[in-house]
Amino acid sequence: MAIRRVFIANRGEIAARIIRTCRQLGIETVLGVSQADRHSLPARMADRAVCIGASRPTDSYLKVETIVHAALLTGADAIHPGYGFLSERAALAQLCEDNGLVFIGPTPAQINAVGDKLRARSEAEAADVPVVPGAAVNSTAEAVEAAARIGTPLLVKAVGGGGGRGMKRVDHLDDVAAAVELASAEAGAAFGDPRVYLERYVSRGRHVEVQVLGDGRGEVIHLGERDCSVQRRYQKLIEETPAVGLSVGLLASLREAGVRFARRLNYRGAGTVEFLVDMERDCFYFLEMNARIQVEHPVTEAVTGIDLVAEQIAIAAGEGLRMRQDEVVFRGSAIECRINAEDPMRDFHPSPGIVSEAVWPMGAGLRVDTHIETGSFVPPFYDSLLGKVIAHGADRAAAIATLQQALAAMRVEGVATNRDFHRHVLANAEFRQGGVDTGFVARLPPITQDE
Amino acid sequence: MSLTAADIQEIMRLIEVSNFDELTLETNGLKLMLRRGAAAGAAPAVTALPAAMLPAAAPAPAPAPRPAAPTAAPALAASADAGQDVPSPMLGTFYRAPKPGAPPFVEIGAEVEADTVIGIIEVMKLMSTVRAGLRGRVTQILASDGVLVEFGEVLLRISPAA
Repeated sequence: MAIRRVFIANRGEIAARIIRTCRQLGIETVLGVSQADRHSLPARMADRAVCIGASRPTDSYLKVETIVHAALLTGADAIHPGYGFLSERAALAQLCEDNGLVFIGPTPAQINAVGDKLRARSEAEAADVPVVPGAAVNSTAEAVEAAARIGTPLLVKAVGGGGGRGMKRVDHLDDVAAAVELASAEAGAAFGDPRVYLERYVSRGRHVEVQVLGDGRGEVIHLGERDCSVQRRYQKLIEETPAVGLSVGLLASLREAGVRFARRLNYRGAGTVEFLVDMERDCFYFLEMNARIQVEHPVTEAVTGIDLVAEQIAIAAGEGLRMRQDEVVFRGSAIECRINAEDPMRDFHPSPGIVSEAVWPMGAGLRVDTHIETGSFVPPFYDSLLGKVIAHGADRAAAIATLQQALAAMRVEGVATNRDFHRHVLANAEFRQGGVDTGFVARLPPITQDE
Repeated sequence: MSLTAADIQEIMRLIEVSNFDELTLETNGLKLMLRRGAAAGAAPAVTALPAAMLPAAAPAPAPAPRPAAPTAAPALAASADAGQDVPSPMLGTFYRAPKPGAPPFVEIGAEVEADTVIGIIEVMKLMSTVRAGLRGRVTQILASDGVLVEFGEVLLRISPAA
């Protein structure tokens, strides 16, 4: 069915980014905003904005029934969930289905399949996609036994966790029992699910993920990979494509593994299959699949020229895949820096407030996705992402040079930002050489005041 | 979110150092309007939403009201005449009557108590009653029957009992 009006159940830069593509496609937009976001840039960009609730996410952006009701009563025929919030809640996808709304994303069953880590892991094994040696454990005794088999160092992970939450590292077998008990208790309290599992810890790894598009009928293509190894406490800060320094063979099998995994689920829409590349063993393991558009999708768009949100909408409208794998061409190199309202001088503490001045960089090979302008209010209720600066160049060095100029030129005042952290990284010799592991940020010397 | 007097002072300071003349900030239970007057310096006008909207433990800050900017004054006066706003506690479909064809819960001129039901809001077939929140007389009914109302949208106005 043709989609004429999309209800956007999100906020911030991704709301603005979705509106932009809808406009180009001649699709009307209705944005559900919280009270804190009433006067935000996306609220003014959308054809209509409706206030769905108070500022706290649980009172607005996380209210499934309210959002579906708002979408129906504003005459929308589809809901775009963006990322975060309800994007990977099967309940929203289901309620859309039940009420004749198109959910721009995968089916409820697919969301459930990848949302449960144990289920996702067994799907990966069934799709012949390598997984990290590990085991689900149901008791402390089982954990001790499994840990001896897997070897240390290892991670204790919560089944219901994600994004680095609910994870503990264990270096000695003697500590396994205590760590498992603590992790299980914490997971029960935080996620309502006390189940944990053990996993081999890779001491030097890279986070490399594969962007896929599926038509929901078994056809899946990939749009290349993204290297997101520049992370701080499991939060991605810089992402790039292509992933440099990996052998041609490894890269090809990684991309194929991503496609195989999504194909096994008959995946519908845009999704990302994340892998951990074990640098010492020169192999990779499946981590998880994200059943949504991702923050870092613009680097893929830069090198492929494909608008991923437009493809999401086309697939949701039943048009299927509009290109074959051999029609996807990769040109040059793209890098994204996430500009957050957080203070690198104060241990990256969030810094909400009013942006007294925002001057974003412009120029050839540069893209900025943001919802922040001079006078914007950065509420304390949500994540601190202010915008993403994306550079595209003929090669990686060119992209880095463009980014450096862009970050030097940008000005965001009134709230603290991590801009100087990014400049620090872009000037770092190890980063410039390429192919850093996920421990890179932790090893960086601290930024000093005069930088 | 509840703002303390210190928060408001900080926001005022930010406005003063910025190149903006006006700031409107609405959070749960509080509407803050700051506007620079024609004269130098900021002349703040702080309006608290009606008590019905306030979370139980978040008293509205009561800054000493300086003379409001001339531009701000008429709007405030007008809304005081019409009575206090009763905002919608949620987004949903507003119904003025308990069922189709039945007389509305309240009409203009009705005397209400704080717990008088003034309407129903439906969200995906779940009905919630909305109460007046204060004692007084209904002066205006703004929300139509069977129409989508947003969170915070004014449903009706009540002139508080003396």
